[in-house]
Amino acid sequence: MRTELRLGFFLLLTPLVLWLSLLIIIPHIDMFLVSLRERIGVGKYQLSLANYLTFLEEPLYLWTFLRTALMSIMATLITLVIAFPVSFYIAKMVKGRLQAVLFLLCLVPFWVSELVRTFGWMILLRETGVISNFLQWAGLVSGPVEMLYNDVAIMIGLVYTSMLFMVVPLVTTLESLDDAVIEAGYDLGGSGPSILREIIIPHAMPGIVSGSIVVFMLSLGNYLTPRILGGKDSLWFTELIYSQFIVRFNWELGAAFGFMLLILSSVIVWGMLRLTGQTLEKTMG
Amino acid sequence: MPVPPFDFEVVFAMVPDLECRELTKRFGDNLAVGNVSFQVPPGSFFSILGPSGCGKTTIMRMIAGFLAPTSGDILIKGNTVLNVAPNKRPVNMVFQHLALFPMMNIADNIGYGLRRQGMPKAEIKRRVAEVLERIGLPDVAMRRVDELSGGQKQRIAIARCMVLEPDVLLLDEPLGALDLKLREHMKIELKALQADFDTTFVYITHDQSEALVMSDQIAVMNDGRFEQIGTARELYYRPESAFVAGFVGDANRWSGRVERLNGVEVELLSDSGMRIKGSGHGRNLAKGDPAVIYVRPEAIELARTKADLSNPDTMISGRVSSVLFNGADSRILVRADDGGVEIEVALPQTGDCSDMRQGDEVHLGWNANQGNCFQGGGD
Ligand SMILES: Nc1ncnc2c1ncn2[C@@H]1O[C@H](COP(=O)(O)OP(=O)(O)OP(=O)(O)O)[C@@H](O)[C@H]1O
Ligand SMILES: [Mg+2]
Repeated sequence: MRTELRLGFFLLLTPLVLWLSLLIIIPHIDMFLVSLRERIGVGKYQLSLANYLTFLEEPLYLWTFLRTALMSIMATLITLVIAFPVSFYIAKMVKGRLQAVLFLLCLVPFWVSELVRTFGWMILLRETGVISNFLQWAGLVSGPVEMLYNDVAIMIGLVYTSMLFMVVPLVTTLESLDDAVIEAGYDLGGSGPSILREIIIPHAMPGIVSGSIVVFMLSLGNYLTPRILGGKDSLWFTELIYSQFIVRFNWELGAAFGFMLLILSSVIVWGMLRLTGQTLEKTMG
Repeated sequence: MPVPPFDFEVVFAMVPDLECRELTKRFGDNLAVGNVSFQVPPGSFFSILGPSGCGKTTIMRMIAGFLAPTSGDILIKGNTVLNVAPNKRPVNMVFQHLALFPMMNIADNIGYGLRRQGMPKAEIKRRVAEVLERIGLPDVAMRRVDELSGGQKQRIAIARCMVLEPDVLLLDEPLGALDLKLREHMKIELKALQADFDTTFVYITHDQSEALVMSDQIAVMNDGRFEQIGTARELYYRPESAFVAGFVGDANRWSGRVERLNGVEVELLSDSGMRIKGSGHGRNLAKGDPAVIYVRPEAIELARTKADLSNPDTMISGRVSSVLFNGADSRILVRADDGGVEIEVALPQTGDCSDMRQGDEVHLGWNANQGNCFQGGGD
């Protein structure tokens, strides 16, 4: 009986262990080892921190690194600010069929691939695109305007791509808030903003934090959106990694960059959890 | 001409804490509350009693301000509050599932309303401690909501409203979520709290015993309308409608036609052919009308032989079909020899009927004034 149970347990655990070890742990160990070697001749390597030093000594790398982090944080905040009222509306203001329809509408953009979605934005924003033409037609501008290849375009793309990942956890946590609790707030003399601050946001905190973590990670690790909407000078950190691996064939430096990104995202997520007084268990449970 | 002296006491006492005038609420075509009027004098315990779905919560939500009435007026201390937002009304509500704030501890829950009034922190702390003392839970201030028992949460929900010293406290079936034993206990406790805080309570429930035990005045509601407003005693002994007679307390019910009228006394020929006597209590009944008579189980006299009965107006003989033992509240069901429904009779636990068994021969009887007769009802 006990051994059977244990066998079942191991059988269930195997796919998880395989997935973790094959796709996450082993490649990362390998990456880590690669990042620690320095090429000193043809086919000759030695153990050193040279790659990490290169990263720290080159201002462009550091600047790109910082910029990616700040832009991702900003994208997360903007997504949160837009998604919160949307989620509140879906979770609390509408009922029944309409609720399901609205929820589905948030999902619709994900039926097409990320590439197509991003090209959609290009069609809207480029010099000969829909918005530019409309502005000219309306007489608001005299010549074509280029709205692509700048930070605003990147931000729009990132927020758009991330929206669903913020809305889902927010709707779930907000739905679990009893309407009567909000009404009790009003009944006891609370005003709209105070109820939002003291009742709704504290209740939604786990959803806010888990949504933010997901959106932040997705933005930080996004390659396609900054690349296409931001052009080749968009200075996104994933582009640096890509060019080291694929263009320069410098796997050692690329691996070091990859590791820096991992550390960066971990530190920021940890900091965010600390700042909001949440723990990972609370957020994910 | 002498001017009558202005008696402040009398004028003051005449202004009810809460008054509803012809309050009506429709949801589309559905009439949830129809033409409800009542007054609640200061410091009294007013209950609205009615079956599920009759519109009790709808009345409550209109008073609290969460719903706008279709027509009618709501006055608190003589002033209309129809244009006052819920967070500005001098009423507070204890919700059916309490709706305590789970993200705050007990002290913050109770202090919420005071914080919103902008009271200084030290004062809030003092008031919260004071109210916790009053409800008999002085040590729970720092606990989380889910670290309290059901009855304790109940008291916190009331305290959270009472610190704001509202003119009227609304309670929407606050005992509904508690188990039976605790409910019995909280009934007494609530009544005591009401007397202690000396605040007007408006209490809604579908449980008649809650309403009967606690209230100064009860309104019985059915299908969006008030059937009768009165004290527990009035509702129990002098119901004004068949619905009230059937809903408040237990009653045996016979329907049939009026056979004979003698002053207020009515003789009914029941559908099963029995002759039952009751009293019309001044209601308009005519010979041949369809009518129903309600008789309380404890109003029925019980004896083993016909000779032992004290010669009541109506006498029925039958056999015990079952004994429902429940201590002091025991009943027997009697099937009459000439047919008809089973009759429920209170079984005294003293005297010679106390050892009644199934199948025993019994004789029942009651006087006409114990039966309440109403027009209508062939349903
Ligand atoms: N928002 C609404 N929209 C439409 N109909 C409603 C709405 N709220 C209540 N009703 C209807 O109004 C009637 C009265 O409802 P209400 O909630 O007041 O009943 P209640 O007496 O409180 O019942 P319970 O004892 O079950 O709580 C019901 O028929 C209900 O279906
Ligand atoms: Mg209700």
